[in-house]
Amino acid sequence: MGTSVFYFVATLSVICALMVVFAKNPIHSVLYLILTFFTFTVHYVLLNAQFLAVVNFIVYMGAIMVLFLFVLMLLNLNKESEPNKSVFLKIIGVIAGGCLAVTLIGSLKSVAITSPLVLKNPSLGLVESLGKELFGPFMLPFELSSLLLLSAMVGAVLLTKREEKTNG
Amino acid sequence: MGSLFENMQAVPLNHYIWFCALIFTIGVIGVLVRRNAIIIFMSVELMLNAVNLLLAAFSVHHNDPSGQVFVFFIMALAAAEVAVGLSIIVMVYRNTQSVDINVLNRLKW
Repeated sequence: MGTSVFYFVATLSVICALMVVFAKNPIHSVLYLILTFFTFTVHYVLLNAQFLAVVNFIVYMGAIMVLFLFVLMLLNLNKESEPNKSVFLKIIGVIAGGCLAVTLIGSLKSVAITSPLVLKNPSLGLVESLGKELFGPFMLPFELSSLLLLSAMVGAVLLTKREEKTNG
Repeated sequence: MGSLFENMQAVPLNHYIWFCALIFTIGVIGVLVRRNAIIIFMSVELMLNAVNLLLAAFSVHHNDPSGQVFVFFIMALAAAEVAVGLSIIVMVYRNTQSVDINVLNRLKW
């Protein structure tokens, strides 16, 4: 099968990402985004980054997308209620994005690394090596990220709670 | 798993860079084109994911696990960002009965 798996999955994720942006119904957008994240999980598996694959699967597809779906359903936005931008602005947006793509790819072409991706150490992406890295040199950022999650939780509760008080 | 990677070894790093640039650009186009705040948010997630994949690919290329640790931190950051951002969107919806960002154009001045 060779490298065809990568190209197949890459094509699939580009198509799904395009559908996220251009689908009319927000629910369809969320479902396509879940598909995109699944293809990214496959990419991590192909890179032999098994820990990241599992974390991507659980955190993105499990937690974040459920949150998106939950908010969409809660706000009752599952109808095609979005007021459309004018076609002119849409075309301008797509042209601007295309310019960005051309600039990125053109500028990265000069520093291109054409050597194939070789995994020198097969246990690179396993939990063992990442855990040693995480609890060694990255101990302080790891603890700080727990603090960040706590403050985000407090902030989310506070933001939605205060509104209820002023209303009632 | 190992045999699967053996087959993958011929993919040049170049193609990972182009693929991630493409996904990132699709995210940017989504932010520019759509007006639904939740879909704009989802496009931002798409951009974050493109960067994550590129970090993982370069981590494999340089044989350095630090890149994958950074991806882990970005995922934690994205989770926090989504929680706060969606609660802000819910609050905006309660105040304006809409998630259309053009309703909020008074924030410009």
